[in-house]
Amino acid sequence: MVPLIKIEKRNDVPMALYFFTPFIAIILTILGGGIIFYILGFNPIEALKFYFITPISNLYGLSELLLKATPLCLIAIGLSFCFKSNNWNIGAEGQLTFGAIVGGGVALLFYNQEGFYILPLVILAGAIGGMIFALIPAILKTYFNTNEILVSLMLVYVSKLLLDYLVVGPWSNPEGFNFPETRQFSDSSRMPLLFEGLRIHAGIFLALAAVMLSWFILYKTYLGFQIKVSGLSLKTAKYAGFKGKTMILVVFMISGACAGLAGVGEITGPIGQLHRMISPDYGFTAIIVAFLGRLNPFGIIFASLVVALTYLGAETAQIFLQIPKYTGQVFQGMILFFLLASDYLLFFKVKILNLNKNELRH
Amino acid sequence: MYKNFFRYLISAIFLLGLSVNSNADFKVGFVYVGPTGDHGWTFQHHEGRNAVEAAGIKTTFVESVPEGADAERVIRQLAQSGHDLIFTTSFGYMDPTNKVAKDFPNVKFEHATGYKREHSNVSTYSARFYEGRTLLGHIAGKMTKTNTIGYIASFPIPEVIRGINAMTLAAQKVNPNIKTKIVWVFTWYDPGKEAEAAQALIDQGADIIMQHTDSTAPVQTAEKAGVWSFGQASDMQRFAPKSILTSIIDDWAPYYVERAIAARDGTWNQQDTWHGLKEGMVAMGPYNSAMGADLVKEVEQLQKDLASGKVHSFTGPIYDQKGNILVAEGKVADDGMLAGMNVYVKGVEGDIPK
Repeated sequence: MVPLIKIEKRNDVPMALYFFTPFIAIILTILGGGIIFYILGFNPIEALKFYFITPISNLYGLSELLLKATPLCLIAIGLSFCFKSNNWNIGAEGQLTFGAIVGGGVALLFYNQEGFYILPLVILAGAIGGMIFALIPAILKTYFNTNEILVSLMLVYVSKLLLDYLVVGPWSNPEGFNFPETRQFSDSSRMPLLFEGLRIHAGIFLALAAVMLSWFILYKTYLGFQIKVSGLSLKTAKYAGFKGKTMILVVFMISGACAGLAGVGEITGPIGQLHRMISPDYGFTAIIVAFLGRLNPFGIIFASLVVALTYLGAETAQIFLQIPKYTGQVFQGMILFFLLASDYLLFFKVKILNLNKNELRH
Repeated sequence: MYKNFFRYLISAIFLLGLSVNSNADFKVGFVYVGPTGDHGWTFQHHEGRNAVEAAGIKTTFVESVPEGADAERVIRQLAQSGHDLIFTTSFGYMDPTNKVAKDFPNVKFEHATGYKREHSNVSTYSARFYEGRTLLGHIAGKMTKTNTIGYIASFPIPEVIRGINAMTLAAQKVNPNIKTKIVWVFTWYDPGKEAEAAQALIDQGADIIMQHTDSTAPVQTAEKAGVWSFGQASDMQRFAPKSILTSIIDDWAPYYVERAIAARDGTWNQQDTWHGLKEGMVAMGPYNSAMGADLVKEVEQLQKDLASGKVHSFTGPIYDQKGNILVAEGKVADDGMLAGMNVYVKGVEGDIPK
């Protein structure tokens, strides 16, 4: 007798379960994290408390959580358009950077000038910058059949190097001793703060607007219908006569604009200038956020808060318990792993069969 | 009357208790830009922290804190969670440090390599690394066969340019034909880029590799290619035992211990510290025996003279690349000039990236 593992597709997966698995993934991540802390020699309950509760136990912590979740949410909303329609935009980090460059450029242009119109211009410039940068892989894909995964990923490095060049050279602060950073933007191009003493800024409204708008587009418009059909089956979409090329360009533009907004929100919000470290890889982390949120606008809000908390938790855990900060990345990795694993088990069932050797030969 | 007395008594007891408490609970926080295991910049700051801990003072650190929006939160959290003195050990923390300092006037802040002290509870500190570069230049000038020194530079800030110039001047003094070739990598820590830069310089004929970046990749590349190199920030000898002639070591420990004790005992005050070989903030690693006993003796003498002030790294006449005089004969460059240095001296090839 030889045991044989057979994997079969499940036919009737209940939708409720589909939206429930992210919670299972989070619970498994917390359990897995507890085990890791235990192995590292920490009290797992205490460590988890510092990780997931302490960071948001006061008003400042909550504001920081929202501050951190804002760019993640914005980018993930944009990515959901691409991912839903089978377009694999991996370069949100590049679109964020390019959006920040264009928006930051406008902010520097209006250095030391007053005017209510400056901030909207800066924000608009950031969105357009991200949009243009996302159009590059989209156009190459639609007209030259290139692989958008590779092109969008490689463009991340292009935009980061461009930012490096600008902050070191032409845009560097003339009074800044050649340090690689621009001037601090004037107040007229800074996001207004929502509360005195907290860093949470008006950018959060951009994220919320993006959530609402994306829900409307995805579920209430013809474009949303096209996107969903293309995601389910490209052949059906073609058969139905959808103009695939325009849709690809549009989803990339939406995605790029969202990433650009995230970038401009960071530089006009908490950072206040351009330098080389404007994003700790939000564009890549947002991919986890998008999938954890099931590519659903409201799911993404929830997912961005969870992932933002892993960043804050890692800092708090290091401050209070000296747990290495890299556990934050371990947590993010675990969330994605458990999510993919539970998806697999959700859609496929594993059967163990016992067969005779003779039967195998047939 | 009695009531008042009672009130004073209570507040006195309370204050006493508070001050005793704060002494026992005195904590120092450190914010690092890299991982503690980078064997360069952050590693040395971490060594400094260990020394503070050994002096009986509680410490906390947070590593790999990006110099973006996250820095302010980390610094603020340290301030909020009862740390009395906070060292922020990278240039990019300058604005966040000053911002948090404003909101926590009772917490002391020490920012490395910056120039902003916007509040009375912010001090800055840095080391005169260029004195070490002078020693490296002397050694390089004597050891090179190709008269070409390869220099891996990070960013064109005064500190880095000062190092390039100090090294070149010292090398020219013992070998007038010296040329300094520079590759700008625009990063403090990127082993891949640093290794490529080292290889490119070796291919251009450099038989001495010097770095103003933090990874051990350049010295390892030099070891493989069989050329000389120098360690940066920490003693990197064990990564390239044949190739490394010596290392410039940043020794933050004495300063950290001194400042931590001062803050605990209430004698801390704002200052701008720039220490060198004299105070021991810049130290040299062991000298490679391949240098020969005579050269080692020479360099050790020069080290003493630099420490005592008998010799200055920037003694005139110093000319820029075009031959204009920067420092007149018999004069030395003042700290103001050093702090804002933005031209190459004669003998350095290429232009400062602008």
